[in-house]
Amino acid sequence: MELKELITQKLQENFPDSFISSNVYMGDLSVEVDKKDIVKICTLLKENSELEFILCEDVTAIDWSKRKDRFTVVYHIFSFKHNFRLRIKANVDESDCTIDTVSSVWNTANWEEREVYDMFGISFNNHPDLRRMYMPEDFEHYPLRKDFPLTGIPGSLSLPKK
Amino acid sequence: MGLEAHLKSDGFITTTIDAVIAWSRQNSVWPMPMGISCCAIEMMAVADPKYDIARFGSEVMRFTPRQCDLMIVAGTVTYKMSHVVRKIYDQMPDPKWVIAMGACTSTGGIYRTYSVVQGIDQFLPVDVYLAGCPPRPDNLLHALIQIQKKIGKTKARDFQNKPLPELPIIQNN
Repeated sequence: MELKELITQKLQENFPDSFISSNVYMGDLSVEVDKKDIVKICTLLKENSELEFILCEDVTAIDWSKRKDRFTVVYHIFSFKHNFRLRIKANVDESDCTIDTVSSVWNTANWEEREVYDMFGISFNNHPDLRRMYMPEDFEHYPLRKDFPLTGIPGSLSLPKK
Repeated sequence: MGLEAHLKSDGFITTTIDAVIAWSRQNSVWPMPMGISCCAIEMMAVADPKYDIARFGSEVMRFTPRQCDLMIVAGTVTYKMSHVVRKIYDQMPDPKWVIAMGACTSTGGIYRTYSVVQGIDQFLPVDVYLAGCPPRPDNLLHALIQIQKKIGKTKARDFQNKPLPELPIIQNN
């Protein structure tokens, strides 16, 4: 069985409620899942002996601005066993802007989730250290949201006195 | 030519204290290399034998602000970094000068974004702005010569009884 079909099948069998869809674009597989089972799905992908996605390369997010589920959190994970890269997508709505942390699965997700929190304002439940990554801690806005002006909000960042 | 010409005569010259102090100050400008990004690479090139900032008496790059006269701010200054730059500037003893090296430092440059200070003159008194992205090393030497000319015009009493700046307690962001 081809690996892409194996991944899809495994997720479908184990999480019939949470698995939404999968598609292949330019040879890369993406799976879309519901956010409520994200930790269990990631644990399966990492610890299943046929898959072994042991590296979390990146956690990022997309702001769709006007869409109903405004944000999509995207996980890029890698399996050394198969030399294969997988993309997991989970939708997060603005009204409940939270998703469970996967830093218990991959430690590298810790800082990557902090970055997503800093830039998009998506908070990660049970995260061990959810602080801002780049912006000052008293900054009140989320710069990578589509409604944030490119040149910033005047007065939102402090300068030293002249 | 120079001082040697006077040695043939009585062996002394008459001048003013101001002139001697300004002359010695302008030829021993010790820079604080505030290298924040890519302009710092050109700043390093200035110290090498090809461009040789030692010809102008400024080869002593001090990595502590307390021994410096000139701060070369080389690179993009973000809002978060601006507090650090100011803190280091405040620790430099008077008299002190600032070169804003490169487009980012002078105006924000290509970074017209929320996180980058659009010109360090918003929080520092800048003496010389230096164009280029990054400026060539000879351009930095030119800026140094401009600073030297500026120092040459100062009088020693300009810096007398200058009140110490009130240093704010900066909270860690």
